[in-house]
Amino acid sequence: MGHQNWHPLTDPEMLKARAVLLRQIRLFFEPRQVLEVDTPILSGSAGTEPTLHPITASLDNGVDPPAEFFLQTSPEFAMKRLLAADNGPIFQLARSFRNGEVGRHHNPEFMLLEWYRPGYSMTDLMDEVDTLIGEVLGNPIAQRITYRNIFLQKLAIDPWSASFKELQELARSRLDISMESSDLDLWLDLLFSHCIQPTLKEPTFITHYPASQAALATIAEDEDGLPVALRFELIIAGIELANGYQELTNADEQENRFRAELLRRRELNLPEYPVDKRFLAALRHGIPDCSGVALGVDRLLMLKTGAKTIQDVMPFPIDVA
Amino acid sequence: MATYSTSVFKSGLKVLLDGDPCSILGNEFVKPGKGQAFNRVRLRNLLNGRVWERTFKSGESLEAADVVETDMEYLYSDGEFWHFMKTDGSYEQVAAGKNAVQDSINWLKEQDSYMVISWNDAPISVMPANFVELEVTDTDPGLKGDTAQGGTKPATLSTGTSVKVPLFVEIGDVLRIDTRTGEYQNRVKK
Repeated sequence: MGHQNWHPLTDPEMLKARAVLLRQIRLFFEPRQVLEVDTPILSGSAGTEPTLHPITASLDNGVDPPAEFFLQTSPEFAMKRLLAADNGPIFQLARSFRNGEVGRHHNPEFMLLEWYRPGYSMTDLMDEVDTLIGEVLGNPIAQRITYRNIFLQKLAIDPWSASFKELQELARSRLDISMESSDLDLWLDLLFSHCIQPTLKEPTFITHYPASQAALATIAEDEDGLPVALRFELIIAGIELANGYQELTNADEQENRFRAELLRRRELNLPEYPVDKRFLAALRHGIPDCSGVALGVDRLLMLKTGAKTIQDVMPFPIDVA
Repeated sequence: MATYSTSVFKSGLKVLLDGDPCSILGNEFVKPGKGQAFNRVRLRNLLNGRVWERTFKSGESLEAADVVETDMEYLYSDGEFWHFMKTDGSYEQVAAGKNAVQDSINWLKEQDSYMVISWNDAPISVMPANFVELEVTDTDPGLKGDTAQGGTKPATLSTGTSVKVPLFVEIGDVLRIDTRTGEYQNRVKK
């Protein structure tokens, strides 16, 4: 019967490949003097992004009812509190949790390699990501193209000026869909994930995202004076491997984004989580100008071993965890 | 009627899409790390057999389709309907029209078992097993000693359908046919 099957789904070779990868990552950062840190998975606050759903946990801490705590969707807030305390460059191999994410490239529990580089621009950090990926996969240097140009190149549409109706029309001409939305970002996400990302086989950095998709990145102006997020993603073999920012360091701006996300959550009938006040206080104290990136370790292992699904590189994916 | 959300879509689930009953063949979760989640779903329309992909926003839901798959024995055809009988001991019979039988008509042999798919209690599709065994009723005379060489000829089967067979096949032979491709597999008995 199902519950009698205790066996791991990976063979010893895969476990070794994982161990080798983790060691390789630690050896990469050691001579660069990036400190390995270990921050809590469990926290009393959660991210507010409407597209991320934390797993909640009930914490018995002497009050009734027990406090609602959250498994972290990434170690970002805690690591930024370390940055604010002048701990210099840091990295973490962090177990992270995202509710409802199960698929070929998703497991609700997964491992992020997240690191922060004070004094680095987005470009500096992309160079470092490139070096790490080159060492692990033996890949050529990734090409770099802006979000706007990849849309122009692949879909002949300008994401900076297209209306949601034009994006919707383009999506309908290429995909069978019946969804309705006036949310520009939904159509951009749909077109990017279905019509662009799968075509990016060679390592590619997509840079300079729409300001509406800045998340925790600084917003700057592009060459045409239009607002653009200093955010990048690395895509290899159609798989989203890493997401990085030139980090937003302005506490007021951060608070405004939290507030906007909570409003959006209300519109979408999603739970509204308590904003991380300690993180905001750390920003208010001040964190150095820096860039940071989160990279999916399990997906990197997929690419390294040629595995077809994320479940293939985990001994106990969620179905047998 | 029950509804299913994208998170429970899985292979074999029967849903109503644009009014037609469909079977889900696959469900791929697609989500940019910082973006909206989607489900790319592979479906088969059970009325016309069309297989295609539709993308849903994660959390969208579809109505369940009252689709039942039953093993039944083929009895006979009256020219307009093809009659099947349940094999569960109830002897209950159903009559499937030409739209339901479609290409399966080529593989219907009396007393053999077929999967009859019903929607709202009406048969909409009849599926033969992957392999059926049928007798040759007509073909050119076999060539003696030609069992090894290539070359094919047409042969008419007891159902009236024609398949390509090796030259050594003779009238009265029983052949094993792959119903998915309509191809000859081997001779079961002479």
